[in-house]
Amino acid sequence: MTNDQDKIIGEVTGGDYKYGFYTDIDTELFPKGLNEGIIRNLSAKKEEPGWMTEFRLKAFRHWQTMKMPDWAYLKIPEINYQDIIYYAAPRKKSRYESLNEVDPDLLETFNKLGIPLEEQKQLAGVAVDAVMDSISVKTTFQETLAELGIIFCSFSEAVKNHPDLVKKYMGSVVPYTDNYFAALNSAVFSDGSFCYIPKGVRCPMELSTYFRINAANTGQFERTLIVAEDDSYVSYLEGCTAPMRDENQLHAAIVEIIAMENAEVKYSTVQNWYPGDKEGKGGIYNFVTKRGLCKGDHSKISWTQVETGSAITWKYPSCILKGDYSVGEFYSVAVTNNHQQADTGTKMIHIGKNSRSTIISKGISAGKSNNSYRGLVKVLKSAENARNFSQCDSLLLGDRCGAHTFPYLEVDNRSAVVEHEATTSKIGEDQIFYCNQRGIDTETAIGLIVNGYAREVLNKLPMEFAVEAQKLLQISLEGSVG
Amino acid sequence: MKESVKELNTAEKYVEFFRKNQPVISEGDPAYLLQLREKAIGLFEAEGFPPKKQENYRYTHLEPWFGKEFARYFRERKIAFDIDDLFSCDIPSLETRILMILNGFFYSNGQKGLTELDNGIIYGSLREATRRYPELVGQYLGKNAEMEHEPFVALNTAFAQDGIFLFVPGNQHLEHPIQIIHLLLSDTDQMVQHRNLFIAGKNSRADIIICDHTLSPHMFLTNSVTEIYAEENADVDIIRLQNEHNSSFQVTNTWINQERNARSRHSTITLHGGMVRNNLHVKLQGEGAHTEALGLFLIDKKQHVDNFTVIEHRQPHCTSHQQFKGVLDDDATGVFNGKIQVFQDAQKTEAYQSNNNILLTDTARMHTKPQLVIHADDVKCSHGATVGQLDEEALFYLRSRGISVEESRLLLMYAFANDVISRIKEPALKNRISHLVEKRLRGELSRCNCCRMQCQD
Repeated sequence: MTNDQDKIIGEVTGGDYKYGFYTDIDTELFPKGLNEGIIRNLSAKKEEPGWMTEFRLKAFRHWQTMKMPDWAYLKIPEINYQDIIYYAAPRKKSRYESLNEVDPDLLETFNKLGIPLEEQKQLAGVAVDAVMDSISVKTTFQETLAELGIIFCSFSEAVKNHPDLVKKYMGSVVPYTDNYFAALNSAVFSDGSFCYIPKGVRCPMELSTYFRINAANTGQFERTLIVAEDDSYVSYLEGCTAPMRDENQLHAAIVEIIAMENAEVKYSTVQNWYPGDKEGKGGIYNFVTKRGLCKGDHSKISWTQVETGSAITWKYPSCILKGDYSVGEFYSVAVTNNHQQADTGTKMIHIGKNSRSTIISKGISAGKSNNSYRGLVKVLKSAENARNFSQCDSLLLGDRCGAHTFPYLEVDNRSAVVEHEATTSKIGEDQIFYCNQRGIDTETAIGLIVNGYAREVLNKLPMEFAVEAQKLLQISLEGSVG
Repeated sequence: MKESVKELNTAEKYVEFFRKNQPVISEGDPAYLLQLREKAIGLFEAEGFPPKKQENYRYTHLEPWFGKEFARYFRERKIAFDIDDLFSCDIPSLETRILMILNGFFYSNGQKGLTELDNGIIYGSLREATRRYPELVGQYLGKNAEMEHEPFVALNTAFAQDGIFLFVPGNQHLEHPIQIIHLLLSDTDQMVQHRNLFIAGKNSRADIIICDHTLSPHMFLTNSVTEIYAEENADVDIIRLQNEHNSSFQVTNTWINQERNARSRHSTITLHGGMVRNNLHVKLQGEGAHTEALGLFLIDKKQHVDNFTVIEHRQPHCTSHQQFKGVLDDDATGVFNGKIQVFQDAQKTEAYQSNNNILLTDTARMHTKPQLVIHADDVKCSHGATVGQLDEEALFYLRSRGISVEESRLLLMYAFANDVISRIKEPALKNRISHLVEKRLRGELSRCNCCRMQCQD
């Protein structure tokens, strides 16, 4: 069965995935550090219009007045923001000449995920000499989309070609004053994606960063903006199921979604950045601000995330339910192993009447990791008959890890019904015994049980992702059973 | 304030105030107490009041209350009154040993400050106990209530002069519950900071009832600390009944320390109070300890009640159970913040917490923040929180049987509150509280219920 699914995945993603990357020989590098000069240069480099430069500078000035947030249940080593290169053209050079030079652990993982050899090379950063006609792939998709009036391009292109749209929506959901990392991102964001679905259009395919040329390696500061007009639908995939060996330490991204009347946006993420080694050295700091605005009545935004990577994750995909009858959903599986730390969750702000939200969060911690759920459900006075249900379960594998839950419920309206429940437990010995008894070894048994535990969320993922995500869970937890 | 050259902030004012009045405050204190005060004021000075939006005080910003003008007295004031004229107790059918605190000082009513029974049980004024039993008190006082990052405990430790002391030696038990009646009666707006210390020795048992009352319509600010020690296999039951008028502000800090197999139960019933913040901190220090924390608040007008609990599971095989319920009417604001903390290696922990709230109006608000912080894997922990309204279907059911809307609502609210009340052990007390809650829900219980002056403000 898995093989069939692999094939499907291969068909759907395999071909295009490879072309999605390109090897740029731009050696342009900015000096380390951050100041107004750097931002001006960056903006000039990207040939941005004046208002964009101004936006960046405003954000930067605001950022300077802010302090790094310390409320999360995370131990974040001091980050020297002056020691970061804020503009590096997409990965300049391949790092390895052949697969033999690549870390065997990494290759092993690739094999388990069933990633084709060509892709493995790409992912590991091996020079690929087979030149594919990437332009044609790109254009095939863009043609189909353009016929429907969908705009799907890199953020820089959007700034050039659709300045009115960008101007109108950028920063309208996540203003640069929102938080420390949002301000930093607004000042220095390198690129990202822009997606516009016109009125009444149902996007025929899952839009994914896979399909997009030029954006997979946009570096540390991505920015995504999705606008769904009345009665439209789009499903958007972000991320990558294979471990990305990225030398960047700090990722501070912003995702903004605007859903108009009757529009639906489904945003799925699989995040598997480098989590650091077994001793907790290295790894990515992933500080992301994601927020969707259900602006119109009956609009819906759904976040699904599978978080297995990154040394530190600080991420709260949120929904502002402004429209009456709007719906917000959050489904999350967060896995931490070894020394990883994750503080993730969601915010559901109910403003519109009869707005509904669902939160399902499954945390799995193993090794010496710490995994926290932090979520806010806020019902404003105007939100008549608002309804929320939250469930946060934590699974502990090992006696040196931590699982924490920090829900905040703020209710200002009596007709609202808000429920929250959380449990923490470990895998039952009887369950493992049952599997053992039937000839399933303990490690596989745990994989099985964990997948069952996370099923509710995995089922929400688009099919291409779901299968890989399942395998990913298994791999992330490998070695966590003593 | 106006004449001072440099504007002091609220915390600095308190520190300055302490320094100025130190001779009076610490008059006759034994050496260990002097040291403790010194340490406390130092820590308070360093920390100050929790800033706005500080995580633990996110929904209750207390500094403005402490910045108001209050009279503070460091000597017992002789107030001429007859307690029997003023005060009728809420629990008449229950036989208890009554101890009174009047404006933060032990009120002896002509009797001895410290009562010593033949079996070694001591109860009475803490001030006297610090002097008469310096070793015993010194061993416990300030050892449990942490002052680091707890500015209200530090502030109280610096200023507190009196309160109730209870010592039950090993293998003894209190025949009758001790009832502590904390009265506020003054001719000016007043601030009070008293401190209680209860010690239950090995295999002992103690039941304590604390009642908070106001007897005059002035503005009161109370910042009290109660330290409780339950030694091995001891059993301590504390019920706190809060019934103060709406211009009183109260911060209670209760610290319970439990050794092996000790059991404790702490129930807070808030019937009235302008602004109430209850901090409950339980440390399960020995294996097999068990604690229950219960809370019920029924608030209306512009009242604000904030229940904050921390249960620390430090050792394996401990169990805890928390249940907090609230009914909010008018413009009332309720806050619940409960934290279960399981330390590394505290395996086989079982910790449960639930918080349910009913909002009766659109202007009432509830903020709830249950938290689990878990560092051990073989645990069973859960928490649940709900905010909602009375069940329409249940209402309909009752009405279809000929019960009026009003009465059905009352019945449902009473049933809701009964979850907490039914857990109270002492039957006489349970009935009494049940009766009070019912009256409160009907709106018949005025905040001056226990006062005979009937001087509505």
